[in-house]
Amino acid sequence: MKFRSLLGAALLSLSLSAAAQGNLEVDSPAIAALKRSMQQRHAQLAPLYASGAVGLAADGSVALRDASAVPLAQRAQASSLVAAENADRSALYREIARANGRPEWESEVRGTFAQRWAQRAQPGWWVQQGSSWVQK
Amino acid sequence: MSLRILLVALSLSLSACVTINIYFPAAAAEKAADRIIDEVWQLREAQPAAESPSGSKP
Repeated sequence: MKFRSLLGAALLSLSLSAAAQGNLEVDSPAIAALKRSMQQRHAQLAPLYASGAVGLAADGSVALRDASAVPLAQRAQASSLVAAENADRSALYREIARANGRPEWESEVRGTFAQRWAQRAQPGWWVQQGSSWVQK
Repeated sequence: MSLRILLVALSLSLSACVTINIYFPAAAAEKAADRIIDEVWQLREAQPAAESPSGSKP
C-alpha cells in the first residue's frame, strides 16, 4: 500500500517535471492583456522603427535612439510611446516568469526576448548589438 | 531487498527531477517568445478573416 502510493508519487512527479521542463507557460489573463496592449501600440511604433527613431535595445526594451528623426512636434509622443512600451515589456517578462512559478526567471525571459526581437526585426530597423546600433 | 533497490532508484529519479526543473527551458522560451512576437507585430496573419475580406459586404 505504502509502496504503491510511493510509486504513484514518483510517477506524478515525473509527469509534472516533464511538463515543467518542456514548456513555458505563457497563457495567463495578465499576459493576454499585455499582448493586446503591445499589439495596439505597434501600429504607432512601427513607423518609428522604420525611420530609425526607435530601435530594439539589447536588454529587451525599446529605445529612442535618434530623436531628430521625429518631427519636433511629435517627439513628446514618441517618448511616451517608448516609455509605455517598455513598461509593458517589463511587465510581460515578469508575468511570464510568474506564470511559471519562477519569478527569478524574469531576467532569462528578458534575455530570450531580447534575442528574438532583434532576430525578427524587419529590414531597415535598428537593433542594438552590445553597445552599438546596427541597421538590419 | 528488491523493494529497497526500488526505493533507492525512485529517490534518485526524484532528485533528478528536482535538478532538471531548476533550469530555465531555453528552447521552449524561444518558441514562446516567437509566438508572442508574431502576435504583437502581427507577422503571421493567422486570422485574415477577421477584417481583411471585404468581399461579403463592400
